[in-house]
Amino acid sequence: MNYLICILFCTWSMLAFAHKPSDSYLSIDIKNNQLSGRWDIALRDLDFAIGLDKNDDGAITWEELRAKTSEIGLYVFSHLQLGVSDKTCSLLPKAMKVDGHTDGTYAVLLFDSDCEVTNSNEITIGYRLFANLDPQHRGLLHLTHNNTNLAAVLVPSQPSRTFNLLSKRSHWLEALDFIDEGIWHIWIGFDHILFLFSLLIPSVMMYQSGRWQAAPNFKSACWDVLKVVTAFTLAHSITLSLAILGLVELPSRWVESCIAASVILAALTNIFPLFRHQRTVLAFTFGLIHGFGFASVLADLGLSSTTKLWGLLGFNLGVEIGQLVLVAGFLPITYKFSRSPLYKPVVLKSCSLAIAGLASLWLLERAFGILVQV
Amino acid sequence: MKIFIQLIMMAWLSFLSLYTYAQVYIPMDDNEILEVLSVSEGERKQLKDLRFEAKTNPDDFQLSLKLARDYVGLGRTHSDPRYYGYAEALLASWLKYQQEQPDALVLRATILQNRHDFQLALTDLKAALKLNPRLPQAWLTLAAIYEVQGDYHSALRSCLALTRFSSSLATTTCINSALSLSGQAQYSYQQLVTAVNDKQNNTEEITWTYTILAELAERLNLVKEADSWYRKAITSDQRNVYALASYADFLLDHNRNDEVIDLLHGETRADTLQLRLTLAEQRLRHKDFEQHAELIKNKIAAAKARGDKVHQGDEARFTLQVIKDPDAALKLATSNWDVQKEPRDTRILLEAALAANKPEAALPVLKFLEQTRLEDARLQPLLKMVKE
Repeated sequence: MNYLICILFCTWSMLAFAHKPSDSYLSIDIKNNQLSGRWDIALRDLDFAIGLDKNDDGAITWEELRAKTSEIGLYVFSHLQLGVSDKTCSLLPKAMKVDGHTDGTYAVLLFDSDCEVTNSNEITIGYRLFANLDPQHRGLLHLTHNNTNLAAVLVPSQPSRTFNLLSKRSHWLEALDFIDEGIWHIWIGFDHILFLFSLLIPSVMMYQSGRWQAAPNFKSACWDVLKVVTAFTLAHSITLSLAILGLVELPSRWVESCIAASVILAALTNIFPLFRHQRTVLAFTFGLIHGFGFASVLADLGLSSTTKLWGLLGFNLGVEIGQLVLVAGFLPITYKFSRSPLYKPVVLKSCSLAIAGLASLWLLERAFGILVQV
Repeated sequence: MKIFIQLIMMAWLSFLSLYTYAQVYIPMDDNEILEVLSVSEGERKQLKDLRFEAKTNPDDFQLSLKLARDYVGLGRTHSDPRYYGYAEALLASWLKYQQEQPDALVLRATILQNRHDFQLALTDLKAALKLNPRLPQAWLTLAAIYEVQGDYHSALRSCLALTRFSSSLATTTCINSALSLSGQAQYSYQQLVTAVNDKQNNTEEITWTYTILAELAERLNLVKEADSWYRKAITSDQRNVYALASYADFLLDHNRNDEVIDLLHGETRADTLQLRLTLAEQRLRHKDFEQHAELIKNKIAAAKARGDKVHQGDEARFTLQVIKDPDAALKLATSNWDVQKEPRDTRILLEAALAANKPEAALPVLKFLEQTRLEDARLQPLLKMVKE
């Protein structure tokens, strides 16, 4: 019940608060030498600048906003100049979406550019949005380039700013960025965590004479966890490397579906006697599939040929660190609970069932594209 | 153990909710309302017409000035910094080509003062007074800024300049406010009480006088009187953020937390009022406390992202009392005190220095109080502790 309150609170805290000064959020992303971006601008500001509320009822609807798409594009992109070295980029608006920020709704303008960016380039940003309407407006810039991030506050009344992209970073620092990404991915990668936890739930138990009992001591539980985690790590490291080095390639839909299936299987094992004594084998076999899942994320991060090995190393290390931290938190808690008679019905059976249920939904979604609203 | 697990779950869930909520979308329904404009229909219409008129008569300075004044007024009633920005842009377009516009300079100074950009505001005011020394608003704003900066001597001189051509209640209030902060609290209190009972006054002026009287009574430890002056101040005007904030502080000091909640219920527009509401909720373990504290944290983060340092005094208070990080609070309070030295700024610095166990950080305050001979009953116990 407490957890439900948590969830309610978390969503509730996202409710709007009124009246902070005007800011826009400009994200520029340089990947594979291509420059693209996303620009979030408050509807209130756009309304003041070009008038969105056509019927004058004090409410801006999606229809009213959509009707002004080209006018908005024309207005805002004429107030932003991007240049790479000496060349001025043409900005090509892609689509307009919306996003709720803490202080209201923003129009999200996605754009591409015709600029080629290499490592040694300088990028110049001339930001003039609302310069003649609200001198207190600021553009909060977030520039991403080959896994380096840069943030700056752009002031409309000030002249263009130049950012140097020359990367003098050591391989070690590059690997460090990827460690972050690895930890991040494990942290938000619900499916990997649930797979691992499903396999680890019985680690604090022992299957003896036809029934589950609490493990005799902490050491034996640790030993079991170590075996499972090592098998999982070994397996996904192998396939992750194979995939990144381009030696094996699998369709991502198939991989994602298999990952969902692996979670179902691992969870069901705790309920029905399927692979009770072969959890290490299970961890290894499906670990191979999870490795391909990691690989597709890493590939999305954009690895250049020079950073490939360091990126791979860092990312893998990050995944292991994230995994270790989670296991280190998980083990003492479950060990403590396993002493309670409730552990078997509540955690081992019910939690596993819930995990299997959730993973089934994923499987439906990934394999057949069916979106189930829960 | 259970608490530990709950904490982890909470951290994780809040993290996931952040992650999933930060998603862009294309609305399915054309009629989906994306944003509701907060200004009322009448105000919107009036503003729209005036904007149109100003646009079609670009050479009419008075029209632009009126529009800028309306923006500042809206910014004040809605506690919305955007309107101050609109006014500033409008004035800048005039002042760029004609610097000799005292009215525009004074209005811009008000905007700058609101942003706590005191140096630039002083420059504008002095320039305006050079062009026309008979501008009551300019002298009053000048005195107000000097007072905030703790320069009571200069504040008094500005008020005295005003007496040469004005004998309104505002002039008397200006003089006595400056005097009250520099060692003559008792005398100026009597003067103001007489003045406020004597004269026929307009509401805006008298609200200000009531607030000054209430604060002065508080410094003189006249609790009952302070309460009644505050009541008069907040009922005489439609909504005065400064008076409300000061009264809320008074109520908090006397542990009348329920009354703070009654007074500020629903006040989430002005940051400074929201802070006081949240402090009262914290003490009462009110159900809204967590949510409001979270909102303030978001606002502080947003201000930091754009490099704003306007509300460091309030931020120091929030950091000390809600986040309970005395060292960080002391840093903020010290940096705030470099810019402004009202009694409440002095107070938070003393409180933070004591909480952080660094009484030496309060040395400049002791020196300042000695120089100015500022009297304040609320500071006495703190000073005693710092000196020990």
